[in-house]
Amino acid sequence: MNENLQGIKGRLLGNNITVTVLLVLLAIAPLFLSDFRTNLLGKFIAFAVLALGIDLIWGYTGILSLGHGVYFGLGAYCMAMYLKLEASGGKLPDFMSWSGQETLPWFWKPFAYAPLAIILSVVVPVVLALVVGYLTFKNRIKGVYFSILTQALSIIFVVLFVGQQAFTGGTNGITNFKTIFGLPISASSTKVGLYYVALVVLILSFIFCKWIVRRRIGKVLIAIRDGENRARFSGYNPATYKTFVYCISAGLAGLAGALFVPQVGIISPAEMGIVPSVEMVIWVAIGGRGTLVGAIIGAILVNSLKSAVSESFPAVWSYFIGIMFVAVVIFMPYGLMGLSKQIKEKIRKIRTIGKDFETGSETNSKIDPKIDSQTKINMIEGLGCDEHVG
Amino acid sequence: MSDNILEIKDLTVSFDGFKAVNKLNTSVKKGDIHFFIGPNGAGKTTLLDAICGRVRPAEGSILFKSISDVTKMSEHQIVELGIGRKFQVPSVFMGITIYENMELAAVKKRSLYSSLFSKLNKEQMERIEDVLRTIGLYEKRYRTPAALSHGEKQWLEIGMLLVQQPEIMLLDEPVAGMGRKETERTGELLKEISETCSVIVVEHDMEFVRECADKVTVLHEGMLLDEGNMQDVQNNPKVIEVYLGRGGE
Amino acid sequence: MSTNLLQIFNGISVSSILLLAALGLAITFGLMKIINMAHGELIMIGAYVTYMVQNFFISFVDVKFFDLYFILAIPLSFLITAFMGYVLEITIIKRLYGRPLDSLLATWGVSLILQQLARSIFGAPNVDVKSPGWLNGGLTVFNDLQLPYKRLFIILLVGLCIVGVYFFLYKTDGGRRIRAVMQNRSMAQSLGINTRRVDAMTFALGSGLAGIAGCALTLLGSIGPTLGTNYIIDTFMVVVLGGVGRIIGTVAGAGAIGIGNTTFEFFTNASMGKVLVFLMVILFLQWKPQGFFTISSRALDE
Repeated sequence: MNENLQGIKGRLLGNNITVTVLLVLLAIAPLFLSDFRTNLLGKFIAFAVLALGIDLIWGYTGILSLGHGVYFGLGAYCMAMYLKLEASGGKLPDFMSWSGQETLPWFWKPFAYAPLAIILSVVVPVVLALVVGYLTFKNRIKGVYFSILTQALSIIFVVLFVGQQAFTGGTNGITNFKTIFGLPISASSTKVGLYYVALVVLILSFIFCKWIVRRRIGKVLIAIRDGENRARFSGYNPATYKTFVYCISAGLAGLAGALFVPQVGIISPAEMGIVPSVEMVIWVAIGGRGTLVGAIIGAILVNSLKSAVSESFPAVWSYFIGIMFVAVVIFMPYGLMGLSKQIKEKIRKIRTIGKDFETGSETNSKIDPKIDSQTKINMIEGLGCDEHVG
Repeated sequence: MSDNILEIKDLTVSFDGFKAVNKLNTSVKKGDIHFFIGPNGAGKTTLLDAICGRVRPAEGSILFKSISDVTKMSEHQIVELGIGRKFQVPSVFMGITIYENMELAAVKKRSLYSSLFSKLNKEQMERIEDVLRTIGLYEKRYRTPAALSHGEKQWLEIGMLLVQQPEIMLLDEPVAGMGRKETERTGELLKEISETCSVIVVEHDMEFVRECADKVTVLHEGMLLDEGNMQDVQNNPKVIEVYLGRGGE
Repeated sequence: MSTNLLQIFNGISVSSILLLAALGLAITFGLMKIINMAHGELIMIGAYVTYMVQNFFISFVDVKFFDLYFILAIPLSFLITAFMGYVLEITIIKRLYGRPLDSLLATWGVSLILQQLARSIFGAPNVDVKSPGWLNGGLTVFNDLQLPYKRLFIILLVGLCIVGVYFFLYKTDGGRRIRAVMQNRSMAQSLGINTRRVDAMTFALGSGLAGIAGCALTLLGSIGPTLGTNYIIDTFMVVVLGGVGRIIGTVAGAGAIGIGNTTFEFFTNASMGKVLVFLMVILFLQWKPQGFFTISSRALDE
């Protein structure tokens, strides 16, 4: 199994073909689907943008965020505030009057302007991510500890948003929108328009992420994932890089939220919680982490399945997704995109052992078996070299 | 201005009260291949850890080029100063190719901006390919390190260190697990390296020490036991006792 | 005066519950660096076991003896959840050795499955477990302050568990093996310790402790499939804050979070209270990223 330059180019081309086919399919889908289904697919495309961000931080950099719903929700709420102000036509939004608010809170005012709302839907999550990233990565809080803190962050925000009913609509969230950019939000043409906007954003986001991953920084991120301390001793400051990708992923999540809310018509604190946040990670796991394409495929596939199954059989869905979590992580660590890679590696492993018997030559399965077999297992199971520094 | 590249003064590193390095005073001359030997637990690896920033000393200082005290700097800053370390257990990045491993080591500008926007220039690419040829991994350069044997991984790490062009290299048991031929090759490589770079080596292979050392420091229980050239140090009865006469203590 | 005392008591009571819930998690995390996301569901299982024991007594045992069901429920919760933990370890956890992040995801999947199972078997709504009669009422102190017996009992139970765990870890062979593996796994292996067995047994122990916590929780209110999710984040916080490897750390962590929660809640409200506690944890971690107490080792890995 000679992984030479040709091989790498071949694999990249293969991935590129997959992506192109996928995007073309998505572009023509509305011609074949009902309005309802198109709208649904548009929602999934928004999720795919979110998944790209998660793949960047998890698949490439090894940061497991279990609370990314916060960034998604913040972006969605920003957009929702604009939509709500539009729908209220200059008067106080309905839920505010119901809660006894008398005037529009100052922080709602900027969202009357659509361009500002859109910009804020990206900027607000990024600023939060900057603060969180700085406080955690600079102090070398990582791994499991970091993941737990992101969960706590998620819960905090849910509690906050539920509690501040007058400002955020509480558990019910913000809904009852009428128009977007002057167009009626429930009109068929608007929905199709939103679909294509989402698709364009997905394509641009994909190109952006691909660019990052292809530059040297992409290698640095993988290095940090495979051996953070080793990267440090190569002169790279992991805190800077981790904060950077974390902010990018937060921005993508916010963007996804902004695409989500006009298509779905509602945002509530439930979307920011730990349950949806963990599901986001499993989309990427199933599709194939560290490939970018896998993130898109996983997001669309899993959500399609969820739509199909959970409406009719909600209990079955819980069992199904629970089993998926376990099975994919244990048996398919490279996800769907990596299935062929996994098979090839198994074949190579069998061949290497076979060669040992034949020639008795020294291969990596002989010298220092403890280190190398563990490294091999790690590699095959998708994580690369764990802290092997000293 | 002395021609010492490192000056270690009163260095004390303690773990929960146990002094792994105890008031150590020594220095490393520029361009030397300086070996640190001693029985296990003497503090040799801890000394390297203190120099590269992996561990913070309780007391003392380590002056680099008589200017910077590295005990006050973070690991990546120390690397940027020009101090490079090779670890005992080969530690390379499995998720990227051998060439990419070398690329990360070769660039001098490791900031976020450079990683996003700059590419390797011709000089860097040539340097990487030269080193790859020296360590014998040129053919395999587009494969990932998973395909390498233990010895080859050691070589890759040495290669990454070489291409980094540090001013001082810290090597922790570089020939551990190597056969006779590979050890000789390493010795030759070291001599070549020391023409442009100072080298500190922690080793147990006495043959290797004899072949390459300009200066030898013997550590015992965190303190300096003897220092000088290999001939003298070898014949010091205290050194012999510490190596051979270690009964229960 | 008595409001303050009541506050302090409430803080201690909440801390004791968190401690019981967190103890098992801290032990498994300390040993295997694996956070079991299904830990909350193991607590839930302990609570449901208690529920079933109660039902059994109602259906088959003389009413006179009803109050004794609880005495049976405690060890039964322990054993059943310990067994489930053991099964979990040998089927799933062991395949994820060295991959702590992936084990977070896999155990999350297990928690989803267990929650849904509870929903399917017992129904989604909460169910009530009738506390044994001898725990009703409270201890009157200072004339106008009543400390509920239930909470006092839980504090006592936690204390006994701590003593039991301490005794086991520090005074028995099994415990010594666990500590050896916790401090230096490869060294322990070279010394002939069967680390696979130790892992499985430790995970069972941690799970069993979660079961006891679940049993105790039936005294405080109704239980349901979401019982685990209510406590799990605070439990994690306790482990993160308390540090890994020493019981005193978990105790300190539980104390800090429990007292912190009740105090902030007293001054603001439940939600702000949680927010403030979280902020305190993050700020504290700036100063001491490893938590209150850790075992410092020469290996500089986390």
